[in-house]
Amino acid sequence: MDKFRMIFQFFQSNQESFMNGICGIMALASTQMYSAFDFNCPCLPQYNLAYGLGILLVPPFILFLLGFVLNNNISMLAEEWRRPRGRRGKDAAVLRYMCCSMAQRAMIAPVVWLSVTLLDGKCITCAFCTSVPLESLGNTSHPRLSQGEVQRVLARIPCKEIYNGQQLIANEVAVRYLRCISQALGWCFVLLMTTLAFLVRLLRPCFSQAAFLKSRYWSHYIDIERKLFDETCAEHARSFAKVCIQQFFEGMSTDLEAARCHLPRKGPADAGEAAEKLLGITDQGTMNMALKSWHRCKPPLHLHPPAPPTGNGWAGEGQPPTHPSAPQKETAAYYSWV
Amino acid sequence: MDRFRMIFQYFQSNSESVMNGICGLLALASVKMYTSLDFSCPCLPQYNMAYGLGVMFVPPIILFLCGLILNRQALVMLEEWKRPAGHRKKDPAVIRYLCSSILQRAMVAPVVWIVVTLLDGKCLICAFSGSMDPQKFVGFANVSAEQVQQLLAKVPCKDDELMSNSASRKAVSRYLRCWSQALGWSILLILIIAAFLARWLRPCFNQATLLQARHWSNYIDIEQKIFEETCCEHSRLFAHKCILHFFESMQQEIKLHSFSLPREGEGDEGREGLLQGITDQDQVNKLLKTWYYEKPPLDVSQAHQR
Repeated sequence: MDKFRMIFQFFQSNQESFMNGICGIMALASTQMYSAFDFNCPCLPQYNLAYGLGILLVPPFILFLLGFVLNNNISMLAEEWRRPRGRRGKDAAVLRYMCCSMAQRAMIAPVVWLSVTLLDGKCITCAFCTSVPLESLGNTSHPRLSQGEVQRVLARIPCKEIYNGQQLIANEVAVRYLRCISQALGWCFVLLMTTLAFLVRLLRPCFSQAAFLKSRYWSHYIDIERKLFDETCAEHARSFAKVCIQQFFEGMSTDLEAARCHLPRKGPADAGEAAEKLLGITDQGTMNMALKSWHRCKPPLHLHPPAPPTGNGWAGEGQPPTHPSAPQKETAAYYSWV
Repeated sequence: MDRFRMIFQYFQSNSESVMNGICGLLALASVKMYTSLDFSCPCLPQYNMAYGLGVMFVPPIILFLCGLILNRQALVMLEEWKRPAGHRKKDPAVIRYLCSSILQRAMVAPVVWIVVTLLDGKCLICAFSGSMDPQKFVGFANVSAEQVQQLLAKVPCKDDELMSNSASRKAVSRYLRCWSQALGWSILLILIIAAFLARWLRPCFNQATLLQARHWSNYIDIEQKIFEETCCEHSRLFAHKCILHFFESMQQEIKLHSFSLPREGEGDEGREGLLQGITDQDQVNKLLKTWYYEKPPLDVSQAHQR
């Protein structure tokens, strides 16, 4: 459990680590998806190629885009790209770094899908079964069939239960041949990707390492700054809400006292604290009125400055300072911090 | 347990994370529901299409409604939409933001169901086997029209004695499945491209307005929560005062009716205070009966004067 917690915290430490975690999960999900997917070759001449290549290429594209969609950095990148210059200059190197780092991570799940598909062999067998070389692999004593017939027979190679061309070419022979090519392609692809990754990692420090370090730092900074800003806004909203509600109840209590016009109570000293906690609402009718007023007439988004302490114990202790530049109107005022 | 608590805490960290968590759970639930569903095509010409399309479209509607029900923000949005303006003006941008965020999250589970259904293929085979052109498939070419409908309707049923080993049945089945899977992947591709474009292009349009709308929708949510907490706190104190007042009035009534001499031991006063003057079975029974038949009024203003 401790180990798991450490791993979890490590991945949460910044957006890049978090994305590495998501990337790993997506790679696992892509293998799971492939094994759960029921590959069903149509075994018809016109459809085999489209189906086979479709299953080979469309899911990787979907996984690639999904890698971008799940990455929060994409909106950060777009925001940084489109924002007005203002008082902070824009650095194209930072944008390029973010883009590359996102693209690299998004590539992993598609590469896993392609490797697994090629190594398994069903897609290539389905797509290219009609292109099997009959001269080298077929039986020499096969009856003369028209081109269309040959295509129809060959298209059924992946579907063993309906294959009727044993005299043309043995099913086992064709499947082995296609599978062998598919696996060779698969291993070459994996080797190529690994070599590329190795070269990129090895050669990158040889080119402008200082600029790279700078870009990486500032892209992390933008990410952290955005998170902190969101947290600060949430904290502020919470404090704002607390004070707003307190002032709402105070306002209700003041209105009620003014309406009832009764003499001030001379309760004992300890009743003052209880009365304060009850926010001045001590019977059903008053509470109903408070609830109705909350729905019908929400208070304006405008906090009053804290009142000086008076004898009845309604001093607002520890209220956060209100905005000094608040406009003097009773409508919603949106304070934009950007 | 620790692991679940950590994951739980991560998702609870803010309201949006909670919604994302629920959305993910509903998506997983929809996959699980589909795998545990025992799909059984009726294999009759008039019923196939209704059953197939019913299984494909009715559960997504149910999942969509569940997604709306489980989303707390839906209530927040409705309240914000319907409340009178009063002292606080209404901002349509906030309501639009809340609405689009709710709809996006509620759409995930239905889309997952539809895509899984199409990739599996059984629904489409059941629904459209009767609409196939019999000329394209060898086994059905020389059969009369009514019989061909019957035979085509039986294609989804592998166990039927007429069709169990028929090559034509398998050919129709494969053909329909291939189309079903192609449709499933295409829908998934279109949706992912749309999501990608939406994420990429959104900061290009009105980013400042979006930040404001997001902040104020979060604020409304927090404000509602804090208001409910304040009311809870208040009702707890109110109830406490009300019940104390009730016990005191019962105590006075008992003193009036019991003609008991004043006690001499002053040291017993502390414990006696806790018992509120109610010290035997009859008094407790009387108190309980009064609590049921004559609940005290909801008014503790006199209690302050004690």
